Amino acid sequence: MARKLMKGNYAAVYGAVLAGCEAYYGYPITPASEIAEAAAELFPKLGRTFLQAECETASINMVYGAAGCGKRVMTASSGPGISLKQEGLSYCAGSALPCVVVDVMRGGPGLGNIGPEQADYNQVVKGGGHGNYRVIVLAPNSCQEMCDLTMLAFELADKYRNPAFVLTDGVIGQMMESVEIPEPVASLPDKSSWAVKGDADTKNLINSIYLAHDELEAWNNRLLEKYRAIERDEVRFEEYRMEDAEYAVIGYGCISRVLRTVVDDAREKGVKIGLFRPISLFPFPKSAIASLPSRGIRKVLTVELSTGQLVDDVNLALGGRLISDFYGRVGGNVPSASEILGRISQLYGVKI
Amino acid sequence: MKGAVLRKPGGFNDIYKHKPGADKDRTHYCPGCGHGILHKLIAEALEDLEITDRTIVISPVGCSVFAYYYFNTGNLQVPHGRAPAVATSVSRANPGSVVISYQGDGDLAAIGGNHILQAANRGENITVFFVNNAIYGMTGGQMAPTTLEGMKTTTTPYGRNPATDGYPMKVAEMLNSLYAPTFIARTSLHDIANIRKTRAAVRKALQYNMEKKGFSIVEVLSMCPSNWKLGAVESQNWIRDHMLEVYPLGTLRDRGAEVAPRVRPRPELDPARVRETLGLGEGSGVKLERPKETPVYPNPSVRIAGFGGQGVLSAGVVLANLGLEYGYNVSWLPSYGPEMRGGTANCSVKIQDGTIGDTEATKPHVLIALNRPSMEKFEPIVASGGTLIYNSTLIDVTPSRKDIRVLAVPITGLADELGNTKVQSMVAAGAFAAATGLFALDDIIRLLPSLYSGEAIVKLNEKAVKAGFDFVRGIKS
Repeated sequence: MARKLMKGNYAAVYGAVLAGCEAYYGYPITPASEIAEAAAELFPKLGRTFLQAECETASINMVYGAAGCGKRVMTASSGPGISLKQEGLSYCAGSALPCVVVDVMRGGPGLGNIGPEQADYNQVVKGGGHGNYRVIVLAPNSCQEMCDLTMLAFELADKYRNPAFVLTDGVIGQMMESVEIPEPVASLPDKSSWAVKGDADTKNLINSIYLAHDELEAWNNRLLEKYRAIERDEVRFEEYRMEDAEYAVIGYGCISRVLRTVVDDAREKGVKIGLFRPISLFPFPKSAIASLPSRGIRKVLTVELSTGQLVDDVNLALGGRLISDFYGRVGGNVPSASEILGRISQLYGVKI
Repeated sequence: MKGAVLRKPGGFNDIYKHKPGADKDRTHYCPGCGHGILHKLIAEALEDLEITDRTIVISPVGCSVFAYYYFNTGNLQVPHGRAPAVATSVSRANPGSVVISYQGDGDLAAIGGNHILQAANRGENITVFFVNNAIYGMTGGQMAPTTLEGMKTTTTPYGRNPATDGYPMKVAEMLNSLYAPTFIARTSLHDIANIRKTRAAVRKALQYNMEKKGFSIVEVLSMCPSNWKLGAVESQNWIRDHMLEVYPLGTLRDRGAEVAPRVRPRPELDPARVRETLGLGEGSGVKLERPKETPVYPNPSVRIAGFGGQGVLSAGVVLANLGLEYGYNVSWLPSYGPEMRGGTANCSVKIQDGTIGDTEATKPHVLIALNRPSMEKFEPIVASGGTLIYNSTLIDVTPSRKDIRVLAVPITGLADELGNTKVQSMVAAGAFAAATGLFALDDIIRLLPSLYSGEAIVKLNEKAVKAGFDFVRGIKS
């Protein structure tokens, strides 16, 4: 298996190419632009489509079109661009179209800055556009996972006929790591039963209109059943040194890397602490988090690059059995391991 | 009329099965509306041109939102105004198909204004049928970009006032200012003669689409009796008496004869070709055996800092690449953004067996400082027992830490001696290898051809690595 040193943003495009993604429609924005640039470089070499759209809105609608034709298709952006894509994403979800979106989060609100943040959590994980819908959300914490989870996003998107996000941040997107390149997929799913391919056999209809109230309610309920199935079968998370832990830190994406170091450093000082890292944010690892108190966890600290978004879901999952403490930095600041260790020491009166 | 059989054209569905309610036979359009006429002209053309089975109709938002009830084709219902964007990707996904974007004037000229301009400018192989009835129909008669001056609508109750609402937008003329479109025509549905001209324009536009000749659009002036609050015949007369003056009819452009058909490549999905294109073939990359001597730091974390342009980031990439070739896990984290543009740049490199946690070198074993601000900033964070390699050409102070090893290396000077300041990064890499014992000099040199192209460049960098390496070995011995 080949190993390569590559940026997280490049690794996502490798994952897309390996997954058989046939088209990329995007718009430049820092810190996600390398994704468009890598796609512009690689896609045409394989006869696949790369198009720089006139705007974020156009790009997600181009994704809608290609997905409606049964193609594996992707786009990528960052906070402000994702806000613009929400209309199209709602249509993709409402028309049950599989597609992949990579969000390399940056600082906000408004223009904010291009430093890393995790403040798109709510607008992505909760289905940020209009209507009752969810998107599958995977949160890589390494360049390897940028590749692997992008491939998985295509699989899950097709499996559930639903948009899937790779939710990452400026740190993971911009850094380079060694990546073991997986095998390309050998075959793609047959979508002839619903896709529009411009032939006599696929005179299908891609649509999200249900004029009759009961029909729209029924469609929403079908979507809900799908989301329930995703919540049942697709939860992914990672635990690190949780076996005998009394304290748990929870974080996803780049901050989980810092938290791993936090755990190692605190363990050296005899503190029984472990890391719980959600990999899928929708579906959220609710029951795994709910079970933390019964597994001997006495304190939970959620750390994220926002003023408190993931922590709400952690607390919903804990259901009052414990209340998670919170530590967040924003504006492009990433807390260091020693900063977080200081917070743990202060909160829990442990010597680190 | 003896023997004539009234039947729907083949481009229509026999039964409008998607239409809700009991009436699956008639359209939802109001009596006297132009949409029904244009639908029929298109459906007849699809049948006569024998393209019904390979046509895809895009219906956005407006009265034609339900065009998919009627056309016996593939159909996509899409967001308001976005039809040209969707048509773009549909056409590229199915290059053998005929893609039609059927849009009203609010949809195309207002909310979707940029999309139509850009799709036309790209010369997408799509056909746009643009229904201009000077008003929003579906939402109940509001002002459109095409609304005439003085015309009363529900949102211009005192008449459209150009001083506040602008002027009627001439879409066909606007698109005619672009280079790429192949066919642009404006026709009308207000009498039989003009319906015949519309019929011909519809067919010509679709003919070019079939021949892959790029972007074609027919702007069709059309009646909206319900929202104009006129009778059917009065509406036809209203077009003649009021709209034609603002929107002159005719073919604005016909370049069909001179345009070459567009060929779209077939997407390659064969795993072997994918591997080859990504450079994943057998034997890709150099694999190196680790030096026998135990390195000074077994799992080093490294910080490299200096001015932007000193090769700080690329020096880090070289170290990370070397680590990779020795089979370590590696990470490279750049400072990016405003800090970089402010003149200083730094990166963190971690080279270790096992999983790398935090990728920022907050307590680096090795600091390579290329300028004075960087040394002052990062010297305090070097791990006790660590190594500071500083660029003695540019840094005129000596480090103060006593618990670390300090190596003064004239990195810029050594690069300048080779005639190229740019090779500072490779001098630094050589110095790092000598100081840590992590990489063998020969291995770095073996790797250079995979990092740089051109024999002269490789040779120059080889000298740079050697200069840095030898200098540090000189200090050590």
